[in-house]
Amino acid sequence: MDLSYSAEDNAFREEVRAFIKEAFTPDIVRECERSKNGYISKEAHITWQKRLHAKGWAAPNWPVEHGGAGFTPTQKFIYTHEMEAAGAPHTIPFGMTMVAPVIMKFGTEEQKAQYLPDILASNVWWCQGYSEPGSGSDLASLQMKAEDKGDHFLCNGSKIWTSMAQHADMIFCLVRTSNEGKRQQGISFLLIDMNTPGVSVAPLITLDGPAKDQQEINQVFFEDVKVPKENLVGNLNEGWTCAKYLLEFERGNPYSGGLNRTLGKVRSIASEVQSDGAALIENSDFSARLANLEQQVMVMEATELRIFSDVSAGDNIGPGSSSMLKTRGTELQKDVSELAMQAIGQYGLPFVEDTLASTNESDIGMAGAAPITPIYFNVRKTSIYAGSNEIQRNIIAKAVLGL
Amino acid sequence: MDFSFTEEQTLLRNMVQSFVQDNYDFDSRMKIVRSEEGMSRDIWGQFAELGLLAAPFSEELGGLDGGPIDIMVIMEELGRGLVVEPYLPTVVLCGGILSRHASPAQQEANLPGILGGENIWALAYSEPQSRFNAADVLTSAKADGVGYVLNGTKAVVAAAPWADKLIVSARISGEQRDTNGIGLFIVDKSAAGVSTQDYPTVDGNRASEVTFENVAVSGDALIGSADTGLSILEEALDHGIGAICAESLGHMKSLNDATVEYCKTRKQFGVPIGSFQVLQHRMVDMFMEYEQSVSMTYMVNMKLSEGEDERKKASSGAKVQIGKSGRFVGQEAVQLHGGMGMTEELSVGHYFKRLTVIDTQFGNVDHHLKRFASA
Ligand SMILES: Cc1cc2nc3c(=O)[nH]c(=O)nc-3n(C[C@H](O)[C@H](O)[C@H](O)COP(=O)(O)OP(=O)(O)OC[C@H]3O[C@@H](n4cnc5c(N)ncnc54)[C@H](O)[C@@H]3O)c2cc1C
Ligand SMILES: Cc1cc2nc3c(=O)[nH]c(=O)nc-3n(C[C@H](O)[C@H](O)[C@H](O)COP(=O)(O)OP(=O)(O)OC[C@H]3O[C@@H](n4cnc5c(N)ncnc54)[C@H](O)[C@@H]3O)c2cc1C
Repeated sequence: MDLSYSAEDNAFREEVRAFIKEAFTPDIVRECERSKNGYISKEAHITWQKRLHAKGWAAPNWPVEHGGAGFTPTQKFIYTHEMEAAGAPHTIPFGMTMVAPVIMKFGTEEQKAQYLPDILASNVWWCQGYSEPGSGSDLASLQMKAEDKGDHFLCNGSKIWTSMAQHADMIFCLVRTSNEGKRQQGISFLLIDMNTPGVSVAPLITLDGPAKDQQEINQVFFEDVKVPKENLVGNLNEGWTCAKYLLEFERGNPYSGGLNRTLGKVRSIASEVQSDGAALIENSDFSARLANLEQQVMVMEATELRIFSDVSAGDNIGPGSSSMLKTRGTELQKDVSELAMQAIGQYGLPFVEDTLASTNESDIGMAGAAPITPIYFNVRKTSIYAGSNEIQRNIIAKAVLGL
Repeated sequence: MDFSFTEEQTLLRNMVQSFVQDNYDFDSRMKIVRSEEGMSRDIWGQFAELGLLAAPFSEELGGLDGGPIDIMVIMEELGRGLVVEPYLPTVVLCGGILSRHASPAQQEANLPGILGGENIWALAYSEPQSRFNAADVLTSAKADGVGYVLNGTKAVVAAAPWADKLIVSARISGEQRDTNGIGLFIVDKSAAGVSTQDYPTVDGNRASEVTFENVAVSGDALIGSADTGLSILEEALDHGIGAICAESLGHMKSLNDATVEYCKTRKQFGVPIGSFQVLQHRMVDMFMEYEQSVSMTYMVNMKLSEGEDERKKASSGAKVQIGKSGRFVGQEAVQLHGGMGMTEELSVGHYFKRLTVIDTQFGNVDHHLKRFASA
């Protein structure tokens, strides 16, 4: 047992910090600090990801032969932790961490050559078409139809909750290609160009009240959409294997870096806000709430270190661990957002529509207040998406406890 | 001991309930919220015609002789419709202060406009630095001959964009957080030197930052005296708490009904999601939170006219309860609706947002737990 990092790891940490200092420029910092939903403008995301790409760090998860960063597991942890701690933009996951590994594993050589370089260089924006109005937690019940028409599939149906579909050039979809046998057996994995005739996107407005074109989620409709046969990834009717692989590949991310950063922000807000003539941070009720969360985030960090160091010893983090990290991490995200809102008191009420366009100084009553309540509303999503926390607990019950 | 409603109160509830059902369904509400003004003058006029604006006032004042229980009934039903029209600031807060503490001349000059629906009022008491302490008043009222001159800024004044008149707390004497020396002044929003920065709030209401720059008011703008301002204000805020507790019952009831209904009909894995025991227990907890909030809401509204200590204890105790229950019910209603709960398309999210604001309004859980302990 040893909590210390090796000299190489420490040097790597310094390199990451130096990169962040240079590449995380004030324009992008501002957007990150003012985002209601964790996304920033399309241009800012692409600018940031191209900077990562130039450094060779765009794809920490990818194997080196495809242009991956070649991090050791510990380096990957350090990298993600530092990025989170700095509040740097999240890499849009749909291309880089979702569809790319599937293409690498199941795609043809042509598909790899066609799609992977553009994903790595952030030239093409992807979105994820899994959920449907009738199929959320129960994904395998999905109904979007793709009929074999010889040289193409004819697609009809709809995907919902599709994050950032308004910016997307491509969507990867789970589609139904057969109604025979087990439900999972008739599903295929299909890549669809968003510019194909018959594809349309309608925004869904979330509680945080996004400004125009900044909505997080959308419904995507497919009406007689012709998709070339070569866009099928893997075998026909074996898309579920791809889907499951994608989930396995996405091995729980560390949350503690981001949580610590947000708590640091709460602490600094509470040092400025006045309560009964003193700083709020000196109010014993408030400071106890803050300490309570800081303690829980420390627990989170210790758990993450323990779990991820096991991975570096060559073990798999496994479904139980990733479900636990997701459940606890998102619960803490919700709690921290709640405390941030409590901290600003009455100035959590004014609503600003376009927080990316406005500035801290133009906020009503208190600089930086505008995104705080919207974030509280928005992070309700974290226990719903990527497998709801109820589903995660079901997984632990089944996979770990054997119930 | 009697927890039952009178026949008049039941009739009142039925009337407000059907008014809201007929005129204030979710789509109409959203149209109003998204309109330029953000409220409906037409609905307000109908409130007047129905007698809602006169309901809590005594007959001598031209009212219908109701009281806190009538307000409670009305607010609960307005809560079900997520009504944004400013019943709370105009009737409960400002109307309440005028009816209990204003001079006959002040009442005569101002109450008919409230009862008749001609005027909208806002209570401007909180300040950028005051957080939840109503005694933390920097806005000054300097005696000037027979009148006063007001200077300062009031923060997040609910309904101020719509208001014609304001009741403003201002310091006549003493230091920033002294409990003495605070006066309550009736101020025309159109008076020279009053300016507002108007904005929507996250729950679909409207508020303003209100600035007073050398605003001259006459001596009879002062309600009560400099030494009673704070206690009049605190009493009004407790009446406000009684009212928003009731409003939140409407929200919680609507959310619980909607969630149970949704879980009965939404199917995943071939069964209604309501068949999952973990969701059943969550809905049972939501139900129990609601029931406990009902108890506290009735209790506080029956105690509003009792002695100061008892009133404070009851209102802070109730506010803690609805703060916690409202948060739980709102959060879980969203969770159980899955992705649908995250959208503005369903009313669920809007109830959740209003409950979130209510948790902060008139002081959050921490503030009222402390006040509860010291009352
Ligand atoms: C902001 C946001 C972004 C999203 N982005 C995407 C995207 O880009 N692409 C995409 O494909 N999807 C996306 N999703 C969809 C997301 O994956 C689904 O919302 C999620 O799978 C839940 O499905 P549902 O919304 O249909 O809820 P339901 O499955 O209907 O669940 C409703 C409630 O029932 C509970 N429940 C369901 N089954 C069980 C069970 N067996 N036991 C106990 N409780 C249960 C759930 O936990 C939830 O509380 C996004 C969702 C959100 C909110
Ligand atoms: C101090 C004491 C005094 C008692 N006095 C009396 C008495 O005077 N007369 C009498 O007749 N009995 C009495 N009992 C017995 C008592 O009624 C039983 O203990 C009780 O019904 C639970 O049964 P069990 O102990 O067999 O536990 P089980 O029924 O086996 O339950 C074990 C656990 O499973 C949970 N569980 C069971 N079914 C479900 C379900 N459907 N859904 C979710 N969770 C479930 C339970 O909540 C519990 O946590 C007493 C018990 C105690 C401890």
